[in-house]
Amino acid sequence: MSDLSTARFVNIGERTNVTGSARFKKLIMAGDYETAVEVAREQVENGAQIIDVNMDEGLLDAKHAMTTFLKLIAAEPDIARVPVMVDSSKFDVIEAGLKCVSGKPIVNSISMKEGEEPFLDHARICRDYGAAVVVMAFDEAGQADTKARKVEICSRAYDLLVGIGFPPEDIIFDPNIFAVATGIEEHDRYGLDFIEAVAEIKQRCPKAKTSGGLSNLSFSFRGNETVRRAMHSVFLYHAIPAGLDMAIVNAGQLDVYDQIDPTLREACEDVILMRRPDATERLIDLAESYRGTSAADEKAAEEWRGWDVKRRLEHALVKGIDAHVVADTEEARQQFSRPIEVIEGPLMDGMNVVGDLFGSGKMFLPQVVKSARVMKKAVAHLIPFIEASKEPGAKAKGTIVMATVKGDVHDIGKNIVGVVLQCNGYEVVDLGVMVPWSQILAAANENQADMIGLSGLITPSLDEMVTVAQEMQGAKMTMPLLIGGATTSKVHTALRIDPAYEGPVIHVLDASRAVGVASRLLSDTQRDDFVTDTAGEYVKVRKAREGQSKSVLLSLEEARANFCDVYLSDKAAPPLQPGRHVFPDWDLAELRDYIDWTPFFRAWELHGTYPKILDDEVVGETATQLFADANAMLDRIIAEKWLTARGVCGFWPCARDQDDITLHLDSGHVTLPFLRQQVQKSRDRANMCLADFIDPAGDWMGGFAVGIHGIDPHSERFRADKDDYSDILLKALADRFAEAFAERLHQHVRTDLWGYAPHEQLTNQALIKEEYRGIRPAPGYPACPDHSLKPILFDLLDAPENAGLTLTENFAMWPTAAVSGFYFAHPESEYFGVARIGRDQLEDYAERRGVDLATAERWLRPNLD
Amino acid sequence: MTKREAFAAAAKARILIKDGPYGTEIQRAKLSPEDYAGDTGLNADQKGNNDLVNLTQPQVIRKICDSYIDAGAHILATNTFNANRISQADYGAEGLVRDINVSAARIIREAVDEASAKDGIPRFVAGAVGPTNKTLSLSPDVEDPGFREVDFDTIVDVYREQCAALIEGGADFILIETVFDTLNCKAAIMAVKQLERELGTDIPLMISLTLTDLSGRNLSGHTVEAFWYTVRHAKPLTIGLNCSFGAEQLRPHVQLLSDIADTYLMAYPNAGLPNDLGEYDELPETTASLTRVWADNRRINALGGCCGSTPDHIAAMARAVQGVTPRTVPEIDANMQLAGLESFTIAA
Repeated sequence: MSDLSTARFVNIGERTNVTGSARFKKLIMAGDYETAVEVAREQVENGAQIIDVNMDEGLLDAKHAMTTFLKLIAAEPDIARVPVMVDSSKFDVIEAGLKCVSGKPIVNSISMKEGEEPFLDHARICRDYGAAVVVMAFDEAGQADTKARKVEICSRAYDLLVGIGFPPEDIIFDPNIFAVATGIEEHDRYGLDFIEAVAEIKQRCPKAKTSGGLSNLSFSFRGNETVRRAMHSVFLYHAIPAGLDMAIVNAGQLDVYDQIDPTLREACEDVILMRRPDATERLIDLAESYRGTSAADEKAAEEWRGWDVKRRLEHALVKGIDAHVVADTEEARQQFSRPIEVIEGPLMDGMNVVGDLFGSGKMFLPQVVKSARVMKKAVAHLIPFIEASKEPGAKAKGTIVMATVKGDVHDIGKNIVGVVLQCNGYEVVDLGVMVPWSQILAAANENQADMIGLSGLITPSLDEMVTVAQEMQGAKMTMPLLIGGATTSKVHTALRIDPAYEGPVIHVLDASRAVGVASRLLSDTQRDDFVTDTAGEYVKVRKAREGQSKSVLLSLEEARANFCDVYLSDKAAPPLQPGRHVFPDWDLAELRDYIDWTPFFRAWELHGTYPKILDDEVVGETATQLFADANAMLDRIIAEKWLTARGVCGFWPCARDQDDITLHLDSGHVTLPFLRQQVQKSRDRANMCLADFIDPAGDWMGGFAVGIHGIDPHSERFRADKDDYSDILLKALADRFAEAFAERLHQHVRTDLWGYAPHEQLTNQALIKEEYRGIRPAPGYPACPDHSLKPILFDLLDAPENAGLTLTENFAMWPTAAVSGFYFAHPESEYFGVARIGRDQLEDYAERRGVDLATAERWLRPNLD
Repeated sequence: MTKREAFAAAAKARILIKDGPYGTEIQRAKLSPEDYAGDTGLNADQKGNNDLVNLTQPQVIRKICDSYIDAGAHILATNTFNANRISQADYGAEGLVRDINVSAARIIREAVDEASAKDGIPRFVAGAVGPTNKTLSLSPDVEDPGFREVDFDTIVDVYREQCAALIEGGADFILIETVFDTLNCKAAIMAVKQLERELGTDIPLMISLTLTDLSGRNLSGHTVEAFWYTVRHAKPLTIGLNCSFGAEQLRPHVQLLSDIADTYLMAYPNAGLPNDLGEYDELPETTASLTRVWADNRRINALGGCCGSTPDHIAAMARAVQGVTPRTVPEIDANMQLAGLESFTIAA
């Protein structure tokens, strides 16, 4: 579901490569292509972004095997989805392969082994087929082994290729990974030479990429998988930051860097980075002592009765008890003459009670969602009987198509609204997350929907909603459009969405309003008044907005002059442990103590501060029950290890440059542009910008990204079981874990990693109140509202690799339960909102950010008016 | 001025108009089997071999071409959709492929040159190349998914023969149209590349994809993005979409392509969707108003008609976009863009 179509580092699997996989070789040699195709399918299902196909085996007709296999996988859409790497040392095999590949593949490889002319001929042929090429660092004199030779050959090849018009973005250099720790002294530098060569080639050859075949590296440790895996991981850990874009490696042959036994890791590092003369001997000695495995499993656990079945059903619905609902529904079915009567009778009666209680504020969202779970299970039991009797099903009050818009992955709010509508008798067609407008409109037409509901959490989703509205207008639709989600507002709806669509547009503040809105829109008597009133309200909002004297903006120059002049001498000392820190599996039991519960209750529309909310006169009972359910689930999540908390943080030397912060990395400079408040302040307040907290003469900042993984199988299990309550509960808890992790990691950073507050002793309440020194603002939130800084942050941290996090095209993080941000350590650093900015800053920012004005405008729209 | 430059100059000044289809117009001429066959001496029944008409009844083709010129078309395609060895073999006419294509290109060349000599408006001859009726990506046998009816080299040769004749007859560009199989299109590109090298000249390409489902994939399963990245190496003069469905359904795909393609965009949809009888009944003004939206949104550089369109449709479209500013070709900082059925970008 995440945007997997863009990658920063690519692992290319070796499983459909006869030289890399013994199993695949056996299958191909035996002519078992059917199973061989399944190998490719597994590989893609397991996330391969490119599949490498190699048939170079002496006893095989490589050309025939290559074309046969490529044609077979072309017939499998699940496999053919991803690009192919046609891999052979023989060019005629490559060309035969290219004739069977319909997309844009990569050729692996061509080189100057036989001189410039054959090299360029091969390159031209590849270009005519539209393929990208891997160029091996190989020339007439042989394979490049030293850094100087690698750089020299690749530079020469680059100039030749660009000279014949070969697109530089289609070139990948493979500067040869050779075996290290062979006992031969000349081989000691091979790892380091490769890494250093990569950095230089990337600089020397703009747009070109680099790649390498990893298995060679550890060739002298054949048979010792533990050591091989460790060597590969350590190598990538250093090569990727140097600029390595892809590697051919068996994904099973990689370990998480931080999980490698430190002794082994250090020994591997010594070898690869050539840190000591006896590194090889030490690794060989150590290698003998390795082996190991592990696994995990799951289990389950779980009372009232005696009334007549109708009452039992009603009670189950109102109390949200699903334990006996199927048995009770079956009992009821046998009592009634037609199965539909069970729905129209006791079940609807029960739901009406729920609806009334909810409507009158005597029942709250968590209970309603639980009731819905009971209802869904009962109905699911009856459906087969209703279908068998060929009777029409219960008629829905109306049909609503709902979706989280394109580029956004957040769905808790949407799911809650869906459930509430369903248990009030509406048919909900839920299209899921990241849904493009075309699909929403198509589903609305197909299902003859009565209305469309859109949801989104991140600010770019607001624009996407406007697009949907425009497209509905373009399609001349007339059905109402409902807008909801955390970033949406009545004002935005009135100003931007309502004018884009002539049909009714209604902003729905929260789930408890959804039923009221839907029922009025479908009511013959109330609809017109409701629509007219709402439209009138929006006109008023617009008028008020026009008439409103907007806050006065300073010019950017004036705002900059009024920057936040912090005492630079107070800046934090450099981090005790600079560099990047990866946490592949933070203890969930510890994170539990860091959970901030107030937002959890807010997600369920229970308003109040924890722990006081548990004793609240109105919602106290519901909150207490919800809290108990949440803790029971937490027990299981932790005991049965449902989720994994993965995170990464890093610190970088940097300096302020006006509103930019320039990071000084080994690999070059990275600029983080920030925005400055431009609204005129009262006398002594500064026009803040995050860059103000950094010393222009040199300073440090940091960044982090954390995510909670593993939610999907459980979420699917709950949904399969019609248990929206548990599903939403799990998602809400995963969100809390992500926030708790961010809190805990920040603490770890302050006390240990950066270590500027080694003696900090704060309670969780104090943490929640931010009584510590330093801040961790997140891209997309008020202090740096541009979500598009996330890709830069993710790159700095290599978050996809280190925390398993990816970004959608609108910069939402996937998995959804994730937090990322920057660390500022200056004691005067504080959170603020950038708020409205002027055209001058927009233009300046676009230039600093290196994007065109229209793009910057799109990113910063919420700050422009 | 090279042909590319001439096209660029014309495309800068206005949204260019491409003609419409020949098939329905030829049907209206109500030719007899004898008219079709002419003096070719072919044995098989040639009725319906519309490509042969280039050779046997050139005046019919000339008349249709003139009607499109009168309608305001600047890009005139040759009537050679099936004038390739594979398709002509169905009529036993494969021996005439060269003659058909040379004649087809000459007719249009003459018509275009005469008209432009009169009014000074630049016009272009696009040598149209269809997909053939064989597919390189799919097996016709469900039991044997690895089977292919033809191979890549055969298709390259077929295209090369046709393209050489079209260029000989005076075509300015080669238009690879109605691409339902991306690999066939790659073979056509390869054929033109070979021909360029043989003739020592640049042969600009126009490439036009056809979609088979509303989600935006062609028959071989490629998304619009994957298709563009797959053919971008051909540096086509225009990229675009034709046939598929009507303008209304085609719109999101034109929009998408318009954002990602750093070359001119040409689209020529069908005149709506066929009715229950398989006929196209969308009125010229309707098609024109739908395509006008593309123009207003600055999505388009060249516009024409496919199945169901008539000279009246073309004239209505031409009127509708008169004076509308054409799309600006975006400058795109290319990353490594690969494709299977879907696109994949490796970011810098």
